[in-house]
Amino acid sequence: MTGLGDRLEGKRICIVAGSGGVGKTTASAALALGLAAAGQRVAVVTIDPARRLADALGLEELGNEPRMVDPAVLGAIAPDTEMRGELWAMMLDAKATFDALIAKLAPDERTRDDVLGNRIYAQLSSAIAGSQEFSAVAKLYDLDRDGGYDAIVLDTPPSRNALDFLDAPDRLTDFFEGRALKLFVVPTGIAARVLGAGTSVVFSILKKLTGVNLLDDVAILFRAMSTLIDGFRERAAAVKALLADPATTFLIVASPQREPVAEAIFFRQKLREAGMPFGGLIVNRVAVLAEDEATDPIAIRAQLRDTLGDALAAKVAQSAEDLQVLAARNAEAVERLKTELDEPDPIIVPRLDGEVQDIDGLLVLYRYLTGTAG
Amino acid sequence: MSALLSRRLLVVTGKGGVGKTTVAAALGLVAARAGKRTIVAEVAQRGDVASVFDREGSQPFEEVQLAPNLFHISIDPQDALEEYLRDQLPSGAVAEVLIRSRIFAMVAAATPGMRELLTVGKLWELAQLDRRTPGADAYDLVVVDAPATGHGVAVLTAPRTFAAAAGSGPVARQGMIIDAMLSDPEQIAVIAVARAEELAVTETGALRRSLQERMGLPLERVVANALDPDRFSPREATRLEPHASHPAVARALRGHHRALRQRAQLARLRKLTGQAPMHLPLHPGGPDLELLADELQAQL
Repeated sequence: MTGLGDRLEGKRICIVAGSGGVGKTTASAALALGLAAAGQRVAVVTIDPARRLADALGLEELGNEPRMVDPAVLGAIAPDTEMRGELWAMMLDAKATFDALIAKLAPDERTRDDVLGNRIYAQLSSAIAGSQEFSAVAKLYDLDRDGGYDAIVLDTPPSRNALDFLDAPDRLTDFFEGRALKLFVVPTGIAARVLGAGTSVVFSILKKLTGVNLLDDVAILFRAMSTLIDGFRERAAAVKALLADPATTFLIVASPQREPVAEAIFFRQKLREAGMPFGGLIVNRVAVLAEDEATDPIAIRAQLRDTLGDALAAKVAQSAEDLQVLAARNAEAVERLKTELDEPDPIIVPRLDGEVQDIDGLLVLYRYLTGTAG
Repeated sequence: MSALLSRRLLVVTGKGGVGKTTVAAALGLVAARAGKRTIVAEVAQRGDVASVFDREGSQPFEEVQLAPNLFHISIDPQDALEEYLRDQLPSGAVAEVLIRSRIFAMVAAATPGMRELLTVGKLWELAQLDRRTPGADAYDLVVVDAPATGHGVAVLTAPRTFAAAAGSGPVARQGMIIDAMLSDPEQIAVIAVARAEELAVTETGALRRSLQERMGLPLERVVANALDPDRFSPREATRLEPHASHPAVARALRGHHRALRQRAQLARLRKLTGQAPMHLPLHPGGPDLELLADELQAQL
């Protein structure tokens, strides 16, 4: 595998980041497919892939564990390529992953049930504190430790804020440890103490503002969680170490529009600040002109006037002009990305004429990422 | 004038990357031109609306004027919490104690739906004719640049979820007041932005269902964004085909086929949402806000 393959030499974990709607999932799948075709045993963890892509990879019936993708899938996508390794794929179920982690860390069944059955936990685990991001890295950790894979490609959650992903382990430990919990966790009569008038200004105001029932739930949840803190802390530290491991790298996917470009720049900055490795940039859906492609609308109109008639020739000329403007704007965005990300040689994937989120898009990305595009 | 602009809140949502922020800004501009004092509120983001207007990101929570009648605010849940506490608590000193309390921040963060509730509470506050913020002027219309589809609905349902969980107390009561506004089709309208692509169309259909199920609200309007021009008639395309050896003709035909595929997705969009979407063309040179506002205005 050339293309991105050379750069990923020696990398065991590849985390694919970027803003929503840039083809991140397709890029992750294509990259994993390329690595697998080249002989590695690869797992790709995706989040909410497009239906047809999921179908194509046979992901439909998958639970929260990777399953091997039928090697025939590669044949359907790239008939001229031989599958020398194995591709495993899974869709991340963030809540199931988080629940499983709780169950694993809980010292006894009662604690486990207290947490999993708590109505605050039910929302906490799916909505708050970056738990989806945490679930993703927790799963990554499990797969890396127990899965026996040569490489794992993680398609990051569709988080607007890339920071959530990098900070997830820290934020979760912060959240569950320390003073906040200690105040809730007293040896006896938790609810009584927490809810008792005058325990502290914080609690009494909370009680006034939010009502009794809710606070009671918070107390029970925090008490149960307190027994899990050590496990959480260890796990978060291990996950953090894994993110900083020399065998881990981050790929950024962008498309040449304002928002994805801003997001890519922001994420690259965050990687720098956190001392995390940056493995490369993929710019997807770029309108590109062939080097020798004529776009002068006046010339085109003149050339075609006799065969098509002036009205139709003018329309063809107009579409050439639009394309030229679009290509120029996209080229500007690519230049900006190159400079800001300090990446002189990004992988540029041209805009397709059709849908990008399906099997054709996968093939095109596969060819560009593996350096086999003609 | 369109009934759409006579609501108090317009919530613009859609899948990531479809141009939600641009459409929200353009809608805000349409309303401002119509003489409505309008604020475009973005939720937990990084000054995207301001940058659409070529402004540097403003300070979070500051109401900034972008154009005549048009304002912008970026709502951060932490700021919303602080404002709420200062507004609710009799003593400023107590509010400051809470605001500085790490424990309080954590408990607030742990409370389900609190972030969404605070965010939506601020939207509600902006939409009041008699605003709670001291000295603040009223807006005729609040346009919300909402989070991506799934989270957008979560923001709307936060007050009722919260009221149900809290049971009693001022937060529950306020949650119910806010919910009454959010579920009143006279006061709020939800607008979905989509691209004519399979996934975005599918998500828009799902949004319509979940809005109906969870909020009892219709999907008011759908905006199909960044459409390629439908330049050639079928007859013209047939005339072009024999000349595809000319690179410009080949390009034009490829563009034509892309437009055709988009039309097929637009038909799906129409079917899944039960309405004709508004169309916004792709601007090759980058989104032109004034032009987008013209185009929206003509279709409202």
